[in-house]
Amino acid sequence: MRMGGRGQSFDRAKDFKKSIKKLIIYCKKYVWAIVVALVLALAGTVLSLIGPNKVGDLSNIIKEGMFAETGIDMAAITKIGLTLVTIYCLSAIFSYITSFIMATVTQKVSKRLRGDICHKINKLPLKYLDGHSHGDILSRVTNDVDTISQSLNNSVASLVTSLAMLFGCTIMMFLTNWIMALSAIVSALIGFSVMGVIMMKSQKYFKAQQDSLGDLNGQVEENYTGHNIVKAFNGEKQEEQAFSKLNKKLYTNSWKSQFFSGIMQPLMSFVGNLSFVVVCVVGAVLCSNEIIEFGVIVSFMIYIRLFTSPLSQLAQIATTLQSTAAASERVFEFLEERELEDESSKTLVLENVVGKVEFKNVVFGYDEGKTIIHNFSAKVKPGDKVAIVGPTGAGKTTMVNLLMRFYEIDSGEILIDDVPISNLTRENIHKLFGMVLQDTWLFEGTIRDNIRYSELDATDEEIENACKVVGIDHFIRTLPEGYNTVFSDNTSISVGQKQLLTIARAMVENAPMLILDEATSSVDTRTEQLIQTAMDKLTKGRTTFVIAHRLSTIKNANLILVMKDGNIIEKGTHRTLMKQDGFYKDLYESQFTSKHAEVIET
Amino acid sequence: MLKLLKYLTKKEWLYCAISVVLIAGTVYLELELPSYMSDITTLLTTGGAVKEIVIKGLIMLACALGSAALSVIIGYFVAKVAAGLSARLRAIIFSKVQSFSNAEIRKFSTASLITRTTNDVTQIQNLVSFGMQSMIRAPIMAVWAIVIILGKSWEWSVLTASAVGLLMIVILTLVLFVMPKFKKLQTQTDSINRIMRENLTGVRVVRAYNAEEFEEKRFGQANEDLTKTHLFTSRFMVVLNPFMNLMMSGLSLGIYWLGAIIIQNANVSLKLTAFSDMVVFMSYAMQVVMAFILLTMIFIMLPRATVSAKRINEIIGTKSAILDGEGAEPISTGEVEFKNVSFKYPDADEYVLQDISFKAERGQTVAFIGSTGSGKSTLINLVPRIYDATEGEVLVDGVTVKDYKLSQINGMVGDVPQKAFLFSGTIKSNLQYGEIKGEKASEESYVRAAKIAQASSFIEKKEDKYDSEITQGGTNVSGGQKQRLAIARAIARNPEIMIFDDSFSALDFKTDKRLRQAIKRELKSTTNLIVAQRIGTIKDADLIIVLDNGKMVGKGKHEELMKKCSVYREIATSQLSKEELA
Repeated sequence: MRMGGRGQSFDRAKDFKKSIKKLIIYCKKYVWAIVVALVLALAGTVLSLIGPNKVGDLSNIIKEGMFAETGIDMAAITKIGLTLVTIYCLSAIFSYITSFIMATVTQKVSKRLRGDICHKINKLPLKYLDGHSHGDILSRVTNDVDTISQSLNNSVASLVTSLAMLFGCTIMMFLTNWIMALSAIVSALIGFSVMGVIMMKSQKYFKAQQDSLGDLNGQVEENYTGHNIVKAFNGEKQEEQAFSKLNKKLYTNSWKSQFFSGIMQPLMSFVGNLSFVVVCVVGAVLCSNEIIEFGVIVSFMIYIRLFTSPLSQLAQIATTLQSTAAASERVFEFLEERELEDESSKTLVLENVVGKVEFKNVVFGYDEGKTIIHNFSAKVKPGDKVAIVGPTGAGKTTMVNLLMRFYEIDSGEILIDDVPISNLTRENIHKLFGMVLQDTWLFEGTIRDNIRYSELDATDEEIENACKVVGIDHFIRTLPEGYNTVFSDNTSISVGQKQLLTIARAMVENAPMLILDEATSSVDTRTEQLIQTAMDKLTKGRTTFVIAHRLSTIKNANLILVMKDGNIIEKGTHRTLMKQDGFYKDLYESQFTSKHAEVIET
Repeated sequence: MLKLLKYLTKKEWLYCAISVVLIAGTVYLELELPSYMSDITTLLTTGGAVKEIVIKGLIMLACALGSAALSVIIGYFVAKVAAGLSARLRAIIFSKVQSFSNAEIRKFSTASLITRTTNDVTQIQNLVSFGMQSMIRAPIMAVWAIVIILGKSWEWSVLTASAVGLLMIVILTLVLFVMPKFKKLQTQTDSINRIMRENLTGVRVVRAYNAEEFEEKRFGQANEDLTKTHLFTSRFMVVLNPFMNLMMSGLSLGIYWLGAIIIQNANVSLKLTAFSDMVVFMSYAMQVVMAFILLTMIFIMLPRATVSAKRINEIIGTKSAILDGEGAEPISTGEVEFKNVSFKYPDADEYVLQDISFKAERGQTVAFIGSTGSGKSTLINLVPRIYDATEGEVLVDGVTVKDYKLSQINGMVGDVPQKAFLFSGTIKSNLQYGEIKGEKASEESYVRAAKIAQASSFIEKKEDKYDSEITQGGTNVSGGQKQRLAIARAIARNPEIMIFDDSFSALDFKTDKRLRQAIKRELKSTTNLIVAQRIGTIKDADLIIVLDNGKMVGKGKHEELMKKCSVYREIATSQLSKEELA
């Protein structure tokens, strides 16, 4: 978020136009509603422009009738009064309908933006998601969309009415009396150009305020997240220094921008008064020369107020639109990210596979030009267990990424039942594999929904059966609400139990092949045994790829892939690999043999 | 809200006081304006000389300029006070949160603490800056204007009063009606955030299960709810603007209309006065209405800001359960002793730990084993006072930990928590993190620590070595590397006591073994407290404590426990083959 904010200062005007244009195109669907709103806004404006003229008439009648023998023409007054009441009410109704429509459109647009971002996440390659901060994407969904919605809501309608008011006012003034109109406009423009200069100068403080708020937010977030470490390492002083530096910067930018936005209003009213006096003086001159009537001056006094207020509104709208542009730039930038290749043309569907997998000269690298898997080939027979072993950071999850086509291989082919997976849709591939990962992901919902997950046709019975097989059924039943217990951050479920739940989830999915991540960190031995039994049941008769840590898994595997520095450097069975006297043997001996063995497993 | 005002400094109070005077000044000048207007109007109607009009006009402009100038000065003070207060509040919240123990952080949740530190404070800042201007100005303005026009005509006054009354009633009803929904908006935004975050962190699972549609539906529901509330509030709130406009124009029309009647019925000699009264009244009536609109705006802002103020006060008012001790001199070095320690969470009924006693001498390794939930992590967390023992005493170097200052005890203990957390910065800045006795770890000591933690091999491979960048949360190093850096960070402090809370979980066996050998070799005089899941890890420990359901069910060396302790034997036999146990 912070990074994104900084780059934007260049080429602002161009970006501004581009982003606003995109936003307008995005709102195309609501074009008729918006047109109706705008027409009503214009109508309302026209009505409120007729008003002053009538009020002018009113005071003319009063003034004329004041000393006349007939007295004031009360009938005329009533007539004008009633007209005005009608005009005012109509204009209020119009303006309400306009705002109502705009508010609705705005909310619908924001909803669509949020929905599109969510949809987009499912369309993006994992490469993008792995490489970008989650906080940044989240901030686009909430903060940026909020900014857009708020400004759309306030700006668009008032932009139109202000412009209409401005033009209408100018026209009406010129129609009433061009000399006075000219003097009013000139005096107003002088005032506003002074203001424009101030605004231009202050703009940078607004930007700086947003940036320093972002920086501070970042520091605070990191500090609170790592609170335990901060305390344990006596890092408070260091953190507080960093904080107070950012806080001071924010303070400076904040009071400056606050100051500038605060003085806008008084300056505005001064401009209004200035114009008022000018109009009065010019009016007096004209009046004394009997060029105009007194009523004209009264009308102008109101016109001048109507004229200055939209100008100040426009000034405000300009600033909000700047932030809208910045926000929509971020949203559209995300929405326009390159998506996964479209697969609607792929018609081949693989069902009821036997589970034969073949790697044919697979070449892969995360970054272009940095190949980590060089020309890898291997055959896996149906029902085989494939163990992937290697030290930390060797890239064991790469195999998962490739099998599931989370990432695309650079050349070569992976075949399932002799069909290249590049000919299949990702959806099809995902259906063929069940997956249990080390980091146990569950969403905030009931346990039942979590286990059923996307298998919406799974019956409650199937779910409970899966849990029984996995051995978590009893635990779930001890929870106050059983299967309907809502899982959230506060639920006291241990890591091991979570892992059992994800195994149950995979069991319900019942896919012909499996990918398992065997890591059993932070799990006590009893739970570990439970997990192990559950996994064994799950893998029965299924072609299985295991990121293996347990000796028994490794020894029983039909194929072991030994990974180091991202590449697969050895492959074979336990026996053949031991004979090779290579990296595997070294790894094995350091871990599983001798008296000092870290007796992890048997 | 008022509670927060006590955090204003004397200088800021002075600024406030000056602002009040200045605001009164601007109000005076602004209220002078209409009388000049009316003078000008009178001159215009009576066909006065242009020169007179110009003079009056210039005086009026001078007043306007004066009020603008004063407003600029007020703006300066207000900005300083508002920004100053919010900067101070942020600092107070920040250092309060720093002082919190785990229990409080968990109570508030990290996300909520972040929002409170930034967003909520911004709300307060907005209210203060707006409030200082309007809350002071509006009453002065209203009262002053009312006093001026009160004598003019009761008909107009009644008219104005009823307009104001109607306006207030409508605005307040609206606010009362919509306010509860505003609160709902906040929680609904939270759900949007939550589901999105779940989608991002679980992206692999979502895809593997072809659950994209399912997730989109889930999000769609939350999105729909949020949109509905938004639609409700915004559709209601947009009533305000047209209504206020209607009232203002309606009032001016009413004043003219009434004026016509009053002038019609007035004596000839009074007609002119009545006419200029009418013009003046109109301007003042507008000021009164504006003042009341300003006041009601505060009513609109206040509820939101009150919620924020409450949230801030909650933090400020929360006392950390763990407070600094008086400060004490250690009697010995590297000793940890538990004397009949029991522990339960503040609101819980059941004890997590019961009657634990043991002693670790300098250089010894004490290990804790037991099933999940047996209280191992809780037990070692009592040493650096992440929690405090409910009963009994925890002694470090012969002194109760509660007597030390927190910084003192943290200087003695090197903590490697279960979840390795790195700060954004460089490898070096992470290894040097914090301070020991007021100083940073020297280069010599962190390089040595990296070596012991088996981290130097991968650090040296990096282009920038120790200056290599670490992204937020350490996402650009692998889980195992993160854990090794976290261990190195603790060792770099040369602590007397090291705490490893299942800290080797992300390491592969080879690295794990080398690391522990290095610790044994290099840190001979360091006392180690180790929580582990596997017997192999702790077999050689000087003392093994076996925990079951918070109770100590075994204490001794491996061989002894194999003979005496059934729980230990059970764990061991499930892990080790027969020959190895023999």
